[in-house]
Amino acid sequence: MLSALLVMAGIAIVLGAVLGYSAIKFHVEGNPLVDKIDAILPQTQCGQCGYPGCRPYAAAIASGEADINLCPPGGEEGIHKLADLLGVEFKPFGGGTVLKPKAVAFIDENLCIGCTLCIQACPVDAIAGAAKQMHTIIASECTGCELCVSPCPVNCISMLPIVEKITTWKWKYPVYSLAPAK
Amino acid sequence: MRTLYQFNGGIHPPENKEQSTQRGITRAPLSSRLIIPFRQHAGEAAKPVVQAGDHVLKGQLIGMPCGLVSSAVHASTSGTITAIDMQPVAHPSGMPDLCATLIPDGKEEWLPHEAVDYRSSDSAELRQHLRMCGVVGLGGAVFPSDLKLRPLRGHPNKDIGTLILNGAECEPYITCDDMLMRERAAEIVQGAEMLRFMLDAGEVLIGIEDNKPQAITAMRQAVADSGLPFEVVVVPTIYPGGSAKQLIRMLTGLEVPSGKLPTEIGVQCFNVATVYSAYRALAHGEPLLSRIVTITGNVRLPQNLKVLLGTPVQDLVALGEALPDTNHYIMGGPMMGMELASTAVPLVKAGNCIIAASDKLFPPAPPALPCIRCSRCAQACPADLQPMDMFWFSQSREFDKAQQFSLFDCIECGACSYVCPSHIPLVQYFQFAKSEIRAREQDKQAADHARERHEFREYRIEREKQEKAGKLAAREQSIRQSQAAANSGIGPAIQPEIQAAIERARAQAASAEPRNTDNLTPQQRAEIAGVEARRERVRELAKSAVEHTNDHDKN
Repeated sequence: MLSALLVMAGIAIVLGAVLGYSAIKFHVEGNPLVDKIDAILPQTQCGQCGYPGCRPYAAAIASGEADINLCPPGGEEGIHKLADLLGVEFKPFGGGTVLKPKAVAFIDENLCIGCTLCIQACPVDAIAGAAKQMHTIIASECTGCELCVSPCPVNCISMLPIVEKITTWKWKYPVYSLAPAK
Repeated sequence: MRTLYQFNGGIHPPENKEQSTQRGITRAPLSSRLIIPFRQHAGEAAKPVVQAGDHVLKGQLIGMPCGLVSSAVHASTSGTITAIDMQPVAHPSGMPDLCATLIPDGKEEWLPHEAVDYRSSDSAELRQHLRMCGVVGLGGAVFPSDLKLRPLRGHPNKDIGTLILNGAECEPYITCDDMLMRERAAEIVQGAEMLRFMLDAGEVLIGIEDNKPQAITAMRQAVADSGLPFEVVVVPTIYPGGSAKQLIRMLTGLEVPSGKLPTEIGVQCFNVATVYSAYRALAHGEPLLSRIVTITGNVRLPQNLKVLLGTPVQDLVALGEALPDTNHYIMGGPMMGMELASTAVPLVKAGNCIIAASDKLFPPAPPALPCIRCSRCAQACPADLQPMDMFWFSQSREFDKAQQFSLFDCIECGACSYVCPSHIPLVQYFQFAKSEIRAREQDKQAADHARERHEFREYRIEREKQEKAGKLAAREQSIRQSQAAANSGIGPAIQPEIQAAIERARAQAASAEPRNTDNLTPQQRAEIAGVEARRERVRELAKSAVEHTNDHDKN
């Protein structure tokens, strides 16, 4: 009886030591799930989810604090991908969500006073300019987050929807007539 | 006799080639207006280097290649550029693209040009020459030819064992390569020798389908006359035997691996018309200004024309005399060509054929039925794919699964749609899925780029904060140090000096001239007092006025 207890206790101690050692040895820095979620998010850094950027939102989803349907730029497809990754049900956008077409910011250079407020607001450094110098958007870097629109004291920034060009044109889903069922 | 190999699949659609081979190639008359798009090749559009109002000579560069995958664009004849703007072009989207409008002066005045001695030139120079002559693949893909002559990156010493000239021309109706081989065989053979020299290829095979006996005879004769060790190989007529990968398979038995280039298995393939234009570029210094076009289908005079690039399709249709029941036009062949939104679009380098189509000639597809998984498409597929599965996943927008079924190995030949008993437009689904996948990849790249920039910005802000804090700390320390120094005994030594300086300043102030407000008469003082009082009153008034207007605004 005693020997059995001792053997079991011995096994428990050894296994516990192994577990404790591997917890330290194979410790993973950061949360890998956050990286996976962050890879799905569209990186507009717009803050429409209520978090100050895509990565904080990813961290909030990973910790179960935030829902998966808070990212309008990611679209429904983004929600599907998140749902697949996390193994949860798809959840449609809330009622107040406005889905906008992709856009880039545009500065009316005649009105710009060079205050640099938009430059400070831009999360991806897509605005070129300096104090008392005209600013301009580097369109290829703009994520369309709209964070520069409200700080502008002279309302010279507008969002221009991206128009389809011959180089960005996509084949459409085939539409054709089906034979009626007999 | 060479052993030929077979590829799986393929179809035998009615050829309809004899109609347009009854006459020789004729030159299309000069149009009154040419529209020359700056994007006539795969890759980046050329950058305009002329302005509206400029007079240009025939062969003058008007579009400079821009980026690695790009090619030059030239004025097809001499005349005046009247506009550089967006014009309708031949594109499945029907969208306009940047074009130069050229009003010919009818003089056909050439820019001076001269031959290149290819044997004594560097291979990189020759490639640059072809790029600046706008030579691109004329079989339909319009890929810049200079890039196909480049030594392979990663395998710089990989030899090209076989150069293949593609004269198969497998698609129904099209006969432009056939007629070119019949009439310009010697030049094609010379061009092949130039490309063989540039690639340092071992053997040269000229693959021609057995439905072109006259072209085969002409090419054999030209090879014999030139004394070059080239071989004209007759291949069986099967669609799509003229697709590069399938022709390579037939002639060499080698299969180009998925996602790889033919050069990686030591083979390179050029269309005969491309070889001809490379010959014109090297032996005469002429840029690519015209091409042979088949005008056929529902026309009274089906024929092949030598047409200047930029000629409006409607002028070509008029030359072929389209019959009244023609209701649409196709650029390219009936299998892979695209329907033109209008005939105002210009002929471009890719335009090998214009087919006038009527409902009698091409009856509209019957309504589609559901897929019954009969797998006839898989039997017809020349790329050994399973179109029924690719269709299933493209239809349900499960693109990653479609990609797992090697969607990107599909050459969009249309053999599957041709044999489908349910008349499903399979190729349209594949085109849709491919462009969706490409767009997604671009979005992903843009997102990664934005993430990188955002993270760098955060890092920069943090760094600036730390730098500021560091500077502040350093300054505080230096102040503390100087205070400590002032209190530590060095002070008394300079104290007398400071005292002396103060004394000097005082003395200077005392000796200064009196100001004009000193020593005033009582009358002057009274005047000043009056002025000050008035000023005060005005200030009061101004202040109350402002308050008043503010009140007014609020109300």
